[in-house]
Amino acid sequence: MVRFILKRLGLALITLWLLSVLVFLLGQVLPSDPGRSVLGPLAAPSAVHALDHQLGVDKPILTQYWNWLTNFPGTSYQYQAPIGPILGPALLRSLKLAIFALVILVPLGIIGGVISALNAGKPVDRTISVVGQSMLTVPEFVSGIVLLVIFAVELGWLPVTATAPPGSGFLTQLKYLILPVIPLVMVLFGYIARMARVGTIEALDSDYARTAVLKGLPRGVVVRRHVLRNSLLPTITVIATQTGYLIGGLVVVETLFRYNGIGLLTYNAANQHDIPMLEACVLTIGVVYMVVTLLADITYSLLNPRIRLKAAE
Amino acid sequence: MSIVDIPIEDAGALQAGRTEIRREVFRELLHSATFIVGAVILLFWIICAIFGPAIVPHDPYAQSLLGINKPPSSAHWFGTDQLGRDMFSRVIVGSRDVLIVAPLATLLGTVLGTILGLFMGYFRGLVDDVLGRFVEAILALPVVVTGVIVLATLGRSNLTLIIVIGLLFTPLIARTVRAAVLLERELDYVGAARLRGERAPYIMFVEILPNVFAPIMVEFTVRLAYAIFAVLTLTFLGLGIQPPSPDWALDISTNYGVVPAGYWWEVVFDAVAIATLVVSITLISDSVQGALEG
Repeated sequence: MVRFILKRLGLALITLWLLSVLVFLLGQVLPSDPGRSVLGPLAAPSAVHALDHQLGVDKPILTQYWNWLTNFPGTSYQYQAPIGPILGPALLRSLKLAIFALVILVPLGIIGGVISALNAGKPVDRTISVVGQSMLTVPEFVSGIVLLVIFAVELGWLPVTATAPPGSGFLTQLKYLILPVIPLVMVLFGYIARMARVGTIEALDSDYARTAVLKGLPRGVVVRRHVLRNSLLPTITVIATQTGYLIGGLVVVETLFRYNGIGLLTYNAANQHDIPMLEACVLTIGVVYMVVTLLADITYSLLNPRIRLKAAE
Repeated sequence: MSIVDIPIEDAGALQAGRTEIRREVFRELLHSATFIVGAVILLFWIICAIFGPAIVPHDPYAQSLLGINKPPSSAHWFGTDQLGRDMFSRVIVGSRDVLIVAPLATLLGTVLGTILGLFMGYFRGLVDDVLGRFVEAILALPVVVTGVIVLATLGRSNLTLIIVIGLLFTPLIARTVRAAVLLERELDYVGAARLRGERAPYIMFVEILPNVFAPIMVEFTVRLAYAIFAVLTLTFLGLGIQPPSPDWALDISTNYGVVPAGYWWEVVFDAVAIATLVVSITLISDSVQGALEG
């Protein structure tokens, strides 16, 4: 088990290093003239040189990479302040939104998938899969804006922004997060339902399920005790992969609902040419995603000894 | 029958069989309601993209300072936006950029992904391992997030958008092709070609490629839906298609600020248009998948 975790960890670290190189190359090397792009076309060449020197972009690439890594996350151009204290709280706010979305999404997706599987081939199954598939490709801002118009503007049931007034209680905060959460749930529902459906159908077809039916167990008991436990295993992995896309969706939803998380921070950094902030946000998102995937792999292998033994070979 | 005869006769039969299968798939598609509905909607938007500028009642770019934020009326069916531009005309013409950018990006991704996948699946070993790590690193980020950093640093234009989305889709498509190639390369016909002394590129592109065509087609239609998703999302974030182009996502991104003031028509029709387009592609890809794999 330890060997398996170490191996996974090693691979994750290599991927992380590659990711950092990619982000660094995109952020620091490709824009050929950072000083100029910060100061604008009218700035004096000497000022541009001075800024380039101050930013350290006139040094060799490897030195720059080293400086970038050791000073990570660095200083924001836009705020003229260290990035860490801005990024940390934003990440926490985003996690709050993401966790709220997952709490609604996961049970809903699993229930949808299991209902589909138990009615495989019938209209209920077809409806769930077509609706799920269709919602999968509707961008979050599209469903978000329609929900915003209906529930916040026309009906006035829910607030138009996602940020609750400071000092408001837990339930009030949740109320502010309902609208932003729905588009995230809609996009990811299809995936989870599909995986839960496939898993459940496979488990229903298995010998142990047939044995359970043949020995006279009621259908409900067979499903609960024998089928669900096995069918939900692959769904765990899917939920973890989807967490990455969830974070991608946060960029859009936070922008639309003006929610001060890492997504809105990324959006602002991208549109204000705040490269260090952008790099820090993107790398943080990558790290979060990798940690989640790693945890999912480990959970999966703890639950499923077959995988664990095979991977350790 | 001598051994020499078999390949010649079989080659003819195989070719006929392949055409037959293709015709069969096509017939099946035409009998599927899902496909017909999807195709009709998509066709509608393609016609709008091509002929839109000629048939719309108003110039989609024409501003009118006296007629800003007007609700839907008989003169302006979908109302006007903050600059007094006719929303109906903008929605009709709005499919143009996305229907150019998204298919080209998907095509680029499919071509590059197929080549990469063939190499990874055929050679395996070190090539596969090294490329696989890179694929993994790129996939460690959601496409939209990678798109944001690349477009923000490299600058925004439709061409950059096509290249960025195409390159981001390459590893995803490569993964599917690789899996299909891994199954094919163990089959007898590949072994036979190798014994005949064919070169690797010939085996990959002439022998294996036609046989992994079905998964590539499925992947293309699935990716097309995601390409539209990615193009529109990046455009909404201000990094995709640029103003004053009458694009749906761009209109939503410009106008969502005035929605709380009650000007719902400036975003809702665009949103509905996007939903119909992506759903039509989903219906098509769903039925293509059914016909090719079922």
